[in-house]
Amino acid sequence: MSLVTQTEFAAALVDPGLAVPEGLAAWNGPRPERRFGVYRNNVAVGLIGALASRFPAAGKIVGEEFFAGMAHEFIRLHPPRSPLLLAYGDDFADFVECFEPAAEIPYLPDVIRLEAARGKAYHAADAVPIDASLLATVEPAGLESLCFTSHPSASIIRSTHPAVTIWAMNAGEMELGEIADWTGEDALVIRPEMTVEAHRLPPGGAVFLKRLFDGIDLGHAFEAALAEAADFDLSANLAGALAAGTFTAIR
Amino acid sequence: MKPSELPRRAGVGFKPEHFAEINAASQPIGFFEVHAENYMGAGGPPHAQLGKLRRDYALSIHGVGLSIGSMQPLDKEHLARLKIVCDRYEPESFSEHLAWSSHDTTFLNDLLPLPYTEATLAQVCAHIDQVQTLLGRQMLLENPATYLLFEESTIEETEFLAEVAQRTGCGLLLDVNNVFVAATNHRLDPRDYLKRFPVQWIREIHLSGHSETLDDAGAPLLIDSHDTPVKDPVWDLYEELIARTGPIASLVEWDNDVPEWPVLRAEAEAAGAILRRATERHAA
Repeated sequence: MSLVTQTEFAAALVDPGLAVPEGLAAWNGPRPERRFGVYRNNVAVGLIGALASRFPAAGKIVGEEFFAGMAHEFIRLHPPRSPLLLAYGDDFADFVECFEPAAEIPYLPDVIRLEAARGKAYHAADAVPIDASLLATVEPAGLESLCFTSHPSASIIRSTHPAVTIWAMNAGEMELGEIADWTGEDALVIRPEMTVEAHRLPPGGAVFLKRLFDGIDLGHAFEAALAEAADFDLSANLAGALAAGTFTAIR
Repeated sequence: MKPSELPRRAGVGFKPEHFAEINAASQPIGFFEVHAENYMGAGGPPHAQLGKLRRDYALSIHGVGLSIGSMQPLDKEHLARLKIVCDRYEPESFSEHLAWSSHDTTFLNDLLPLPYTEATLAQVCAHIDQVQTLLGRQMLLENPATYLLFEESTIEETEFLAEVAQRTGCGLLLDVNNVFVAATNHRLDPRDYLKRFPVQWIREIHLSGHSETLDDAGAPLLIDSHDTPVKDPVWDLYEELIARTGPIASLVEWDNDVPEWPVLRAEAEAAGAILRRATERHAA
């Protein structure tokens, strides 16, 4: 009888097609399939649970059973590489995009991206946002060359679907209902203090903030926003971002 | 090496959904225990809550992802994260499991069993030495709930744990529910197990609930599910043990189907009553 190696044990755990390894025993008989099944089940249920708790709105959209099946397939193809499960599933949206059974829900990957961004914001480093009044101290001539440091929790989500509204309706933030204006939506995800927020952005707002997050100066970020939305309102967008707590420093 | 030194009182496994209630009043709780991996993010509510709990109560940090029982090297990145958490919160105790949970580059997210042989004993001791040296503190090692045995095992679990404690200076975390679950699953007498257990190294006790299913031959198979109150036979074993050893820091764990705070607190108070009876008896 060969020794059970951890390699064989681990392989059989995640692949139910493999036989239970040799060398395992129970008091009442050899080949304890069901006993080994407890470990197989623990691994699957635990990881499906980790994904379900990170992506509750997606779970609500597709239903518990569908979500579990989708998550199980993801786990098989992309098992966690670290015991840090709070970061597990960062690439779940990319998987769901190619997951054939979910193809008829084209907005699902973007809802998952929004939930992933919210999870990252939840665990991001704490930092105190700058006050909007700080901007008033800058000389008008110097405004164009200003650069901003983004809050560690801040990120931008862009969708060609109304993903922010759909998320809100499935996260209990908004009543479920017909979406009259089926249009793309962008959001700023941010946790200025202890609560994660998702602010919908006006046209041009996403590209504007993305540029600023990349360290591009205000003048060039404004130009990029104008190229996307000709009526882009610089002062309204900047004031909105500052009020949301998006920046921690101005340079 | 800083010794593990939890108060000899009843504690509770912390669940974030209970934070507001816990924080609203002083709780009759000796210590809180958290899973280390839940506090390895950079910031946010988890750290804000743990920081507050830490100021008000004794703290036990309990790892679930270190894979001490792996035949491969420990994950250095994970060890570094663990050190950051321990240095930040300076817990009264740090504990992990006699189990493995990672293999090659995959994290398997369960506490998997290992055979008890001279080779695994040497490996577990080397890993514990590494952890204790890095953290600068004594760690506690917990006995597992197991569903299977290994034909190659040559050492009794109690003897294995005694040997680990003796060689490394680590303390032991005795999970009484795990004793009952494993003894039932392997048709052994839990009292016999506890008689053999090296009680002089116990620094903490765990209590929790389990569920029941059937094995391949239709025999009862208990699952360490942490989703119910502590079962009566486990309370009985605990009370008998504490009568023998005197009071030891004792934690109630309830991780799935988590109840309202008063229900969990009542479980801890039940453990606390047993500890007080033992204290009085030992003082008499």
